[in-house]
Amino acid sequence: MSAATDAVIPRILKAHEADLLDEWLREQASAFRPGSKISENELRGQAREFLSLLQQATQSGNITDIKGPSYGRVRDMLGDVTRSRGLQGFSPSETAIFVFSLKRPLFDRIRTELATDPESLAMVTWSASELLDKLGLYTTEVHQKSREEVITRQQAELLELSTPVVKLWDGILALPMIGTLDSARTQIVMESLLARIVETGAEIAIIDITGVPTVDTLTAQHLLKTVTAARLMGADCIISGIRPQIAQTIVHLGVDLSGVITKATLADALRRALEMRGQRDRLLKPRG
Amino acid sequence: MDHIPILKLRDFLLVTIQVDMHDRLAMQLQDDLTARISETGARGVLMDISSLDIVDSFIGRMIANIAAMARVLDAETVVVGMQPAVAITLVELGLTLPGVRTALNVDKGMALLESATREIGDSPAADAGHTE
Repeated sequence: MSAATDAVIPRILKAHEADLLDEWLREQASAFRPGSKISENELRGQAREFLSLLQQATQSGNITDIKGPSYGRVRDMLGDVTRSRGLQGFSPSETAIFVFSLKRPLFDRIRTELATDPESLAMVTWSASELLDKLGLYTTEVHQKSREEVITRQQAELLELSTPVVKLWDGILALPMIGTLDSARTQIVMESLLARIVETGAEIAIIDITGVPTVDTLTAQHLLKTVTAARLMGADCIISGIRPQIAQTIVHLGVDLSGVITKATLADALRRALEMRGQRDRLLKPRG
Repeated sequence: MDHIPILKLRDFLLVTIQVDMHDRLAMQLQDDLTARISETGARGVLMDISSLDIVDSFIGRMIANIAAMARVLDAETVVVGMQPAVAITLVELGLTLPGVRTALNVDKGMALLESATREIGDSPAADAGHTE
C-alpha cells in the first residue's frame, strides 16, 4: 500500500467530517429499534468524538493496526462507550453497529473521491473495511470482557455468602451447603469449617447438602476430604440432607461413604449429634 | 542433639511439640518415646501438635508410625490440637492417619485417653473414640 492511498482515508475523514457524521447518525438511527436506550445528543457527541479521534489516528499513516500506539485514544474512547452501553443493556451487536454503520457513509465518500482510479479504490475500500471491522470486533471484545468481570465479581460475592458455618448447639456446628460444589468452593468451605472448629472447640460438625443439586464423584471426594480433615483435628462429621436421588447416585457411582455418618435430614443429624455428645459425656464422666 | 521432652503424667506420657519438626528430631522422638513406653509401662500417649504449623509427608508418616508403635506396646495414642492447615495438608497427601485417635485440645484428649484406656479394661464393646 502506497503512502498516497494511505492518506486518502484521513483526508476524507477531515474534509467530509460533518457530512459523514450526519449520514452515519442516520444510518445508526435506522439500525436501532424505536425507543432507543440512548439520547440523540449523547449519540452525536460520541460519534463526533470518535470521528475526530479516528481521523487523528489514521493521520499517522497506520491504517489497519488498531493495536498500535496511535490508536490508544480511539481504543480508550470505544472502550468507554462500550462499557457504558453494556451497563445500559445494549447487546454486543447493537454496540458493534455503532462502528459498522460508519461503513456505508465512508465507502460512499471513498467511491466518489477515487471514481477515476479503480485500483486505488479497491485498495482503500479494503483497508477502510479492515479498519472498521477490527474496531467493531474490539467493541465486542470489550463488551464481553466487561460482562466477564461482572460474572467474576458476582461469583466471588456468591462464594462469600454461600458458606456460612452456624453454631447449632453447644459443641455442634452446622454447615448448610447450597449450590454446586467445585474445587475452589470446597477449599473455602473446608477452611472455614476447620477454622470454626478451632474457634469454637466444637466436637461435632454437620454438613448439610440439601441445597446441593447434584453429587458426582468429585463432589463426594471433596466431602470425604473435609470429613477426614475434621477428624484429624478431633471433630466428628455427619453428612445430612441426602435426597433419595442423590443416595441412588452415590451408590451407582460406587462412592464409599461407609466411614462417614450419613443422615437423611438435618433434624436426624442433630438428634444423632446430641446422642453422641450425651454418650461422650457419660463416658468421660469420672468413675464413681 | 535436640530432644523433644516426654513428660510422664500418671499412666500417660505427654509429648508437646513446640519446635519445628525436622526429620532427625522426629526419628529421635520415635526412639525416645518407644523407650519410655516400655520403661514406664504407660497406658497412653498424648501428642500435642498445636504449635506445629507445617508438616510434610515424612512428618505425617512419622506421626502415624509413632501411633502404630505405641499401639504395639499396648499404649493408646491421641493426637491433639492439629491446625486446620496441617489437617488439609495431610488429607491432600493422602495421610488420613487411620487408627489414630484425635481430639481438639489437651483437655479433651486427656479425657478421651482416660475413657479409652478404662474402656479397654472394662467393656471392649463401647466405642468413644474417633477411630475409623
